[in-house]
Amino acid sequence: MVHTINLTDPSTFPEEKLLALDAYIDSIEDKEQMLIHILHRAQHIFGYLPPELQLHIARTTKIPASKVYGVVSFYSYFTQEKRGRHTVNICMGTACFVKGADQVKQALKQELKISMDETTEDGHFTLKEIRCIGACGLAPAVMVDDKVYGHMNESNARTVLHLYKEAKNGD
Amino acid sequence: MVINHGQDLISLRHKHQGLRALRETGSHKADHIELLVGMATCGIAAGAKDVYDALEEALAKEHLTTVKLVRVGCVGSCYCEPTVQVNIPGYAPMYYGYVDKTLAKAIVTEHLLKGKVLQEHEVSMSFNRSDPPGAKKRQFRIALRNCGNIDPENIEEYIAFDGYEALRMALTTYTPLEVIQLLKDSGLRGRGGGGYPTGHKWQATYEKKDAMKYMICNADEGDPGAYMDRSLLEGDPHSVLEGMLLGGYATGASQGIIYIRAEYPLAIEKLTHAIAQAKEYGLLGEQILGSNFSFSIEIRLGAGAFVCGEETALIHSVEGKRGEPTKKPPYPSEKGYLKKPTTVNNVETLANVPAIIRQGAQWFSSIGTSQSKGTKVFALVGKIKHVGLVEVPMGTTLREMIYDIGGGIHEDKAFKAVQTGGPSGGVLSKEHLDTPIEYESLKDLGTMMGSGGMIVMDEDNCMVDIAKFYLQFTMDESCGKCTPCRIGTKRLYELLDRITKGTGNPHTLEQLAFLGTNIKNSALCGLGQTAPNPVLSTMHYFKEEYRMHVEEKKCPTGVCKELFKYSVLPDACVGCTACRRVCPVGCISGHPKMVHFIDLNLCISCGACYDVCKFHAIKKA
Repeated sequence: MVHTINLTDPSTFPEEKLLALDAYIDSIEDKEQMLIHILHRAQHIFGYLPPELQLHIARTTKIPASKVYGVVSFYSYFTQEKRGRHTVNICMGTACFVKGADQVKQALKQELKISMDETTEDGHFTLKEIRCIGACGLAPAVMVDDKVYGHMNESNARTVLHLYKEAKNGD
Repeated sequence: MVINHGQDLISLRHKHQGLRALRETGSHKADHIELLVGMATCGIAAGAKDVYDALEEALAKEHLTTVKLVRVGCVGSCYCEPTVQVNIPGYAPMYYGYVDKTLAKAIVTEHLLKGKVLQEHEVSMSFNRSDPPGAKKRQFRIALRNCGNIDPENIEEYIAFDGYEALRMALTTYTPLEVIQLLKDSGLRGRGGGGYPTGHKWQATYEKKDAMKYMICNADEGDPGAYMDRSLLEGDPHSVLEGMLLGGYATGASQGIIYIRAEYPLAIEKLTHAIAQAKEYGLLGEQILGSNFSFSIEIRLGAGAFVCGEETALIHSVEGKRGEPTKKPPYPSEKGYLKKPTTVNNVETLANVPAIIRQGAQWFSSIGTSQSKGTKVFALVGKIKHVGLVEVPMGTTLREMIYDIGGGIHEDKAFKAVQTGGPSGGVLSKEHLDTPIEYESLKDLGTMMGSGGMIVMDEDNCMVDIAKFYLQFTMDESCGKCTPCRIGTKRLYELLDRITKGTGNPHTLEQLAFLGTNIKNSALCGLGQTAPNPVLSTMHYFKEEYRMHVEEKKCPTGVCKELFKYSVLPDACVGCTACRRVCPVGCISGHPKMVHFIDLNLCISCGACYDVCKFHAIKKA
């Protein structure tokens, strides 16, 4: 994938978000050791970590951009792609797998008409696999944003999506 | 409130003996009724929040102001969440499962107000909490002793159940070396996977003379299918903090770090709260309990990398770097975090420590087998009736766990295998049902204890598919540093993929075995060295299944869809066109009300036609 990076101008980001991030970075003493925490905060504020933002973080913390990118790309929790308003995470832990997570995955792909790691055209849903969320007692589990839904199957997984589709018109 | 002296801790504990008696036996002393709602991550996902709100509403409506609602962690019986425990002074505690809003209301109006026990909703527990009638006592809880029984956000409840007593004992009566000796005598071994003796680990750090040492708690529970650490941190965070304090005292570390997965927001919240509370009570900070020992704990977040379970990789991640492992030696006890001596212990290991210090090495070593002492928490999940966390003495057999505690296989199907040790482990089959589970016996069988995930599989699970699942996992999680793991796992995965798609041959099996053994011998860290285990182990115990895949191109369980050939049964087909419309590659032809035909040259064996046909007119063979 080719990213066009505006090397000089981070102003494409909303200012209040940048200020919030900078304030957090400022409050940290050992920035190098806390890089992962800084990235977590940045992803929390912006939703994702595009190259421009990584560069901004590198400059503010005085950590080489190559190192920032190295860390971002190493850990699965960090995303460099913009996500939809709701992220639908299908748990791919073993307990979920043996209880049919794959069928749930197929059903959700069909329903949203996208493949894994893609976002629907209206920007409403992003479909992801997630590492075991430790809700094995409820396998197979699906996590939409921060909410966990248990005992999923092909039909009730679709019902869960509808809950969020309706919210789309409401919010 | 600050506890400045050991005596203050004892007084505080005595003050709360009423609460403890009520929780444990339902003794008369307490003057109030309690409802305990299990509100760990899984409880909440199952609807515990709604249950809590419904209880609160019902209590307010009936003006029951003396009834206390308590949010507790997970008691381990995940299969019947949400759960509510009713503690009425003078009665043995009662435990309700599958609680919904209606049942919550009934608990208040029927059980509390009319004294009518809703027996049909009672769940009997297989461990000694309240001795419900008929319950078999198979479980024995040390690490999970307080989970689901105390409010994790209330340090005084932890203190009521002997919390921080081990710390007091250590600081007032034991030297650091005596603490280490006690652990050595107890026989406690690491609960995170390897099973290295904890006392020896502590001794190694103790012997280093550096002024600055570190104590790290590994809470990066990455094994898919294991969640005991999450449950412990959510249900009883102080026991882990106390274990770290004891480790700090014994090894001479003054700084503790908990490295935890970002995927566990609730556990992070509970931990943060517990650390703040321990500070407020003077149990973390300077000169703890009036001694010369000072210790502080901070939290560091992981960001999703399985390899960070390996201690050198974990340390790099704590330092804010990519979590890549480095070779040992030097061990972390020499050069760990910031190149200083560091001890890394797993959550469950640390939760065991306070109980050992308090109750003695002999008590602990009397539980379990000759080589594996104490208990182990297992996440009993997959195709089992009573999914949940169980804690059993080492040496308990699979049969006892699956059939006596777990209630047997889901839908009474046939037991096929159980995977232990997660992606680093292997399978145990029917013939091992009576093998005692301990570190050595598992290793002899080609698997390992791991962190305690126990995934039960039934007759419907294809073992090649399972091995492929694990390889996909390790392939994705390989950090890429060493070639055997980076490229080897990918090649292993491709070979397995070929087998499940019908393009494998007997030679593929030889290649699998050869490559697997090579990766085992040459990879840099534990992740790579154990990655082939699921393949080698399933190949060993389920030879016939692999043979059928490669020779007959058949998957006996029907999981590997692409091994099937689909055809239309002319007598049953009514020509409804459903299959033709659903086929993604357009290989089905036919006119309405006429028999349809599948072109096998184009068919990708997706099975969509089979699933959609209402007339059973598609043959799968």
